[in-house]
Amino acid sequence: MLSGWGRTSPSSARLRTPSKSADVEHLVREAGERGLIARGLGRSYGDAAQNGGGDVVDMTSCDRIVDIDLQAGTVTVEAGVSLDWLMRALVPLGFWPAVSPGTRYVTVGGAIGSDVHGKGHHRDGTFGSHVLSMDVYAPGPGHLTLTPDGTPEEFWATTGGMGLTGIVERATLEMLPVETASVRVDSQRTADLDSTMAVMSERDAHYRYSVAWIDCLARGASLGRSIVEFGEHATLGDLPARERSPDRALRFGPSRQVAAPPWVPSGLLNRWSVAAFNEMWYRKAPARSSGHVVAASSFFHPLDAVDGWNRIYGKRGFLQYQFVLPYAQGDVLRAVIEKLVNARAASFLAVLKRFGPANPAPLSFPREGWTLALDLPVSFAGLDGQLDELDEMIASAGGRVYLAKDSRLRPDLLEAMYPRLGEWRQIRERLDPQGVMRSDLMRRLPALAGHATKRPTARTPGFPLQSEDT
Amino acid sequence: MRDALGSVGSVLVLGGASEIGVAIASLLAAPRSATVVLAGRHGDSLAEAAATLERAGAGRVETVRFDAADVASHDEVIDSAARTAGGDLDVIVVAFGVLGDQQADEAGGDGAVRVATVNYVGAVSAGLAAARQLRRQGHGCIVALSSVAGERVRRANFIYGSSKAGMDGFFQGLSDSLAGSGASVLIVRPGFVRGRMTRGMKPAPLSTTPEAVAEATVKALRGRSAVVWVPKPLRVVMAVMRHLPREAWRRIPS
Ligand SMILES: Cc1cc2nc3c(=O)[nH]c(=O)nc-3n(C[C@H](O)[C@H](O)[C@H](O)COP(=O)(O)OP(=O)(O)OC[C@H]3O[C@@H](n4cnc5c(N)ncnc54)[C@H](O)[C@@H]3O)c2cc1C
Ligand SMILES: NC(=O)c1ccc[n+]([C@@H]2O[C@H](COP(=O)([O-])OP(=O)(O)OC[C@H]3O[C@@H](n4cnc5c(N)ncnc54)[C@H](OP(=O)(O)O)[C@@H]3O)[C@@H](O)[C@H]2O)c1
Repeated sequence: MLSGWGRTSPSSARLRTPSKSADVEHLVREAGERGLIARGLGRSYGDAAQNGGGDVVDMTSCDRIVDIDLQAGTVTVEAGVSLDWLMRALVPLGFWPAVSPGTRYVTVGGAIGSDVHGKGHHRDGTFGSHVLSMDVYAPGPGHLTLTPDGTPEEFWATTGGMGLTGIVERATLEMLPVETASVRVDSQRTADLDSTMAVMSERDAHYRYSVAWIDCLARGASLGRSIVEFGEHATLGDLPARERSPDRALRFGPSRQVAAPPWVPSGLLNRWSVAAFNEMWYRKAPARSSGHVVAASSFFHPLDAVDGWNRIYGKRGFLQYQFVLPYAQGDVLRAVIEKLVNARAASFLAVLKRFGPANPAPLSFPREGWTLALDLPVSFAGLDGQLDELDEMIASAGGRVYLAKDSRLRPDLLEAMYPRLGEWRQIRERLDPQGVMRSDLMRRLPALAGHATKRPTARTPGFPLQSEDT
Repeated sequence: MRDALGSVGSVLVLGGASEIGVAIASLLAAPRSATVVLAGRHGDSLAEAAATLERAGAGRVETVRFDAADVASHDEVIDSAARTAGGDLDVIVVAFGVLGDQQADEAGGDGAVRVATVNYVGAVSAGLAAARQLRRQGHGCIVALSSVAGERVRRANFIYGSSKAGMDGFFQGLSDSLAGSGASVLIVRPGFVRGRMTRGMKPAPLSTTPEAVAEATVKALRGRSAVVWVPKPLRVVMAVMRHLPREAWRRIPS
């Protein structure tokens, strides 16, 4: 049984394990009528890396670093290499992945499939923008080497293509040279949403990384109060003198993970325990601080310190809601945050971030604008109608939700959110004419395969939300 | 594919004109205008059920021929339902059933065997065919409409009651057999449901409605429960009833 990180819609599939990336070809050829899909570390929240009744290719066994070019600052890896492993290998040599999502436990193949972004999107773009070339096995044409210049259509359809154009076997990535494994952080506490947005808009051009942690329990006048963090890779000069030798400065050793308890009562995360946590966390932060040097892992991947933290939401699981809205739609952003906060579906924090321009990938999530992400337990009655309502607001404002996080989008909204879907389908048609690459995500959102879906006539009631657990 | 919040893309109702089955399918289909396939014996009652579903907000509604007693056809019925739905069957509701006429059937004729054939033999055969389909898909849920009548069989309706006891036991076992397959079973045990099947009968205590059964079913599906009683207090009542001495139990009226 496989599920995504949110543990919501498990399905059963035949797990195939290639022992090297070259084995991928015969696994694709052997796929049965329910097709196959590649899976990395299963960190997408929904059903993107599942294929009920079909084959799922576990790429994590293809985890060799094939080549490192220190001169050019590039690395060639098999697609199952995790960013964790890549960092452990490359940070001591003075390189950092050009884009790192909120967890290191993703594979390079998964990072390409979802075209992931990090806290530096406004400066660095997505993961796919730093892929120099990739070897892909596509069911139609077979082995391909894709590059953004040589084969732009296939390259960008695979980037953000949710595994549906073929299987990435290897990729060559551009790395970012760094002097240390630390980040210099400046932070600022803001009192409400306007000031959060203003602070981010004014200051983020001066920093490589920026993010705001919104306190989701603050309402009314303090709606949107946040801690805004800005970061730069620390230079040797930022470190205390005794830490400046290269082997100390570049030591990347996030400690072993502490495991979350295997079983947690579903009631643990109630509104009150979360409120108490948030209040303490917000008060604890200084109004403004600068030049704070921290380990890169704690800045980029704070949640990685606890293994399996997704289990704290109990057996029914949780979802993450992430959307992007164009900058011109600040009012819609406020309205959406207001609704989410007023719904009081307990969530610690929401993450707000500014995206820079989109890349050429037709299904890539990031576009210029504000993106917000927050976790929601699925046990709230009425959450479905509530989120449908927000989706409609977001779609008509030119925004979209992120497929790597999605597990419940109303199918008819996909095409509105991803207007270049048709273009992507045409390229996919060439790469996979028989439709061998298939996933539960594609079954849930048939527009990915080109099947029309009707807009429901009945409205799912939205308000008020209440926990079904009590 | 059922989504994280329990919405589905398709529903098959075996016994497609069943009042309770249609109520469940209506609730399940509305939020995502899901495709519904109604499988039953009579075209006109299926057409009427289809109209109800369309009013309730279902997307495409299709009908296929299905006779619970014609066990040899069941695999083909499920197959054609999946083809008609154009993909996977996210939920399969086993809703067919007949009440019979206890007194007349005790007296003679083939009525008793008919009840046993439809309610038990038909459920075994259709249940296995449904399970094979869900196994192939690697996901999906069978909703089996059992009854409190099967929890402890009563003198007053033991032919029907025993057929429901049999099908209930069958689906419990099927549920266990599906562990790890991605497919699952939800057993629904309603009490007296005021509706077509019980028209003209005096409602028993704790009686309920098709809509209430549907609501409880959808909620149980979301919570991934294995069994749901409607109304809820029946579970406790039946736990007590199960231990009544036989002399007292025998005299419980219908
Ligand atoms: C705590 C946490 C924080 C996160 N933070 C961020 C963030 O800041 N930014 C962000 O963008 N995302 C973020 N994510 C989401 C995550 O980065 C993506 O879902 C990513 O795709 C997961 O990689 P994976 O290796 O686990 O892939 P999987 O989840 O296994 O697969 C994801 C997709 O990639 C495809 N895929 C996997 N391998 C291959 C391959 N070899 N070839 C072709 N396709 C393939 C799969 O088919 C699937 O469609 C976060 C997730 C978590 C759990
Ligand atoms: N109503 C109650 O009080 C109650 C209580 C507990 C449990 N239940 C159970 O709930 C289920 C649904 O009942 P309901 O209340 O919805 O009753 P209903 O409306 O009478 O539905 C039963 C359906 O079964 C169909 N059916 C009967 N024989 C069939 C056969 N051989 N092949 C195919 N379909 C057949 C009937 O259609 P045709 O006759 O047109 O074929 C009818 O549509 C039944 O299993 C019942 O045992 C009912």
